[in-house]
Amino acid sequence: MKDLFQSPLFGIVLCIVCFEVGLWVNKKLKTPLANPLLIAIAMVIIILNVFHIPLEDFQQGGDVISLFLAPATAVLALSIYSQLEVLKKNFLPALVGCTVGSLASMFSAFWLCQLFQLDDSLVQAMIPKSVTTPIAMGISEQHGGLVPVTVAAVIVTGILGAIAAPWLVKLFHVKNKAAAGLAIGTCSHAVGTSKALQMGEIEGAMSSIAMGFSGIITVILSLFY
Amino acid sequence: MKILSQIGIVLGICLVAELIAEILPVAFPASVISMILLFVLLLLRVIKPQHIKEKSSFLQQNMAFFFIPAGVGIMSQYEFIKNSILPLLIICILTTLITFAVTAITAGLIIKLQEKLKQIGR
Repeated sequence: MKDLFQSPLFGIVLCIVCFEVGLWVNKKLKTPLANPLLIAIAMVIIILNVFHIPLEDFQQGGDVISLFLAPATAVLALSIYSQLEVLKKNFLPALVGCTVGSLASMFSAFWLCQLFQLDDSLVQAMIPKSVTTPIAMGISEQHGGLVPVTVAAVIVTGILGAIAAPWLVKLFHVKNKAAAGLAIGTCSHAVGTSKALQMGEIEGAMSSIAMGFSGIITVILSLFY
Repeated sequence: MKILSQIGIVLGICLVAELIAEILPVAFPASVISMILLFVLLLLRVIKPQHIKEKSSFLQQNMAFFFIPAGVGIMSQYEFIKNSILPLLIICILTTLITFAVTAITAGLIIKLQEKLKQIGR
């Protein structure tokens, strides 16, 4: 029975089942707080803990699913390409917006960490939290940050952005769809982009661009401290 | 185009991106490289949208799903963060808010500026 859990199929099926439950709950409750991804993650964590299933066993299947993150990111290029006109029109806002946004993200993380008097390894871990996981991990590691904290922060940030995206757009009266997409992508990278894609083609495209831009910009900025 | 070919094309690009990532002096993630690579190939019309349409739709519509293992993986980081969970959560919320606002406002201002300049130019 124990070997069953070590099969990659277990992890894969578990994720699919939990995600389907998350989708169903989301449909029933209709609130963005009932985010399918969040529900699925919570369900999997609970199930693994209740049944004392080791994380490594789950990761056999989890790693297979994570394999698809690279192609999922790659095909964002198609959504950008299909909005080429929008990109051309908004190239300058994208460049400047992402740069300023990335700076804001890094500085606000830094100052808030100082406010809470957090350890330096935590500070360095939190600074790159708005960009996509592999980039954030790299930057954190280079500056002596606790990489596991970075991974957690990036994921939480992404999910937060994905959940709050429509609400944030309303809160800040962002009328322009391109600006909305840029903001979502800059603050919550790929997970936020998945939400932006649902909100609209322009939002999705600009969010993908923001993801790429802010990733690159954050890497460049990180060379300076 | 058949699903298998589409999968092959996309995964092939990811493979090339991994190669490029290894060669680059900076630690740049292969996933973003593959996005840039695919974009360039689309621009150069080497690949046409219909070559990857179904596969892309599938990935895009279900994108959140592929992040589940990463999220579950936070479990292993619990030891590191359990002492500071509340401050870290607050920081995540506030910085996300700030970053969103700053980016949205900046981009919005520039877009408005561009439109004004266009009108003046007429």
